Amino acid sequence: MHRFLLAVLRRDLTLAARRRGDWLIAQFFFVMVASLFPLGVGPEPEMLARIGPGVLWVAATLASLLSLSRLFADDHHDGSLEHMVLSPEPTVLLVLGKSLAHWLIYGIPLLLIAPVLGIQFNLSWEAIWVLEISLLLGTPILSLLGGVGAALTLGLRGGGVLLTLLILPLYVPALIFGAGAVDGVMAGTGAEAHLSLLGAFLVLSLMIAPWIAAAALRVSLE
Amino acid sequence: MSDPSLSVHDLACARGDRLLFKGMNFTLNAGALLLVQGGNGQGKTSLLRLLTGLSSPEEGEVRWRGQPIRKQREAYHAEMIYLGHANGVKDDLNPVENLRFADGLQGRVFDAARGVATLEQLGLSRCLDLPCRVLSFGQRRRVALAALLLAGATLWILDEPLTGLDVHAVALMEGLIRDHLKGGGMVVATTHQALNLEGVTVQRLLVGNVAIPELA
Repeated sequence: MHRFLLAVLRRDLTLAARRRGDWLIAQFFFVMVASLFPLGVGPEPEMLARIGPGVLWVAATLASLLSLSRLFADDHHDGSLEHMVLSPEPTVLLVLGKSLAHWLIYGIPLLLIAPVLGIQFNLSWEAIWVLEISLLLGTPILSLLGGVGAALTLGLRGGGVLLTLLILPLYVPALIFGAGAVDGVMAGTGAEAHLSLLGAFLVLSLMIAPWIAAAALRVSLE
Repeated sequence: MSDPSLSVHDLACARGDRLLFKGMNFTLNAGALLLVQGGNGQGKTSLLRLLTGLSSPEEGEVRWRGQPIRKQREAYHAEMIYLGHANGVKDDLNPVENLRFADGLQGRVFDAARGVATLEQLGLSRCLDLPCRVLSFGQRRRVALAALLLAGATLWILDEPLTGLDVHAVALMEGLIRDHLKGGGMVVATTHQALNLEGVTVQRLLVGNVAIPELA
């Protein structure tokens, strides 16, 4: 069982390593969106520090959406998705493996870039530290819920736009608790409550999302 | 465990509002080939997808070893392999890597020497370290066939397996199908090409109502 999960992970990571351009686009998008805000709202440090956490979190959700429409689409196109669904292992594990690979490829680099952008938004070190923890808990949620959307919109024309409309509302709790945690630590009320709720939301998505995505995938392949 | 057998009971298939076929019955036993024939758009591919379990029938059921495949999905998929129109070959990986990942996804440990030998048997010895992106359509099809051979499944479900293959590869494929059937395997295939299959039990199934001239 874990051998299958590892095989899916290793396969997706190898493919990502062969096509670096694909995943660098999402990271550049993250940097660009976050960098446009200081240019638009002006360079006052207090203002930037106030909007910073929200802007970085919104940019992270949009960057993850950008790559999600391809989560199953490439494998569907060349037929390997059918082979994977027809493997003797449960489809849930396949979806879990692919979501995990998506997080490693797109989520982890966001975690590495976010502190630099945090400095740009005049966030304190403490706020940057909490931002990192919130992204660490929050980006897997984006990958897991995104897997549901990607499976539902597989093979549809204009699936990318539909995916955005379907999934963005589901991202709202992660966005509120994630940005709220950083706001909380800056306002002096502490971040624990928000981070606990974010953690609970992660556990909930981990338990439910792969099952829904696997069922959606089977419907999309019919 | 009972002898391998694939049977179909009162199967009906609809695509949207259109009924493709209904009341289909057949049984396929070990060592036999089922040649599914019919014109374009008559439901050959839909039938094969029903047999794999990728889609579910409007009515009736597909049974493997006497049990409905819905109730034993994982056991059935361990003994069955499907090759559809798309090859399932990743363009960014070379043929050996493709076979390695195909094996990993089937939960098997990859035997590199056997993988390379199979690719060489299929005439790909000069392409082993090239990404599949640069291979021709027929060569990619051969990679998919190598994965089929390595899977060691009892039941092969092949949708137009000969598309894009040259005469040598077609002859090779005929030999492989014969060997597989002699070893007690089973094959369900659709094809528009004539196949030379002497000494093999061939069952024919006509899907739809378009008459097809007898294939040799």
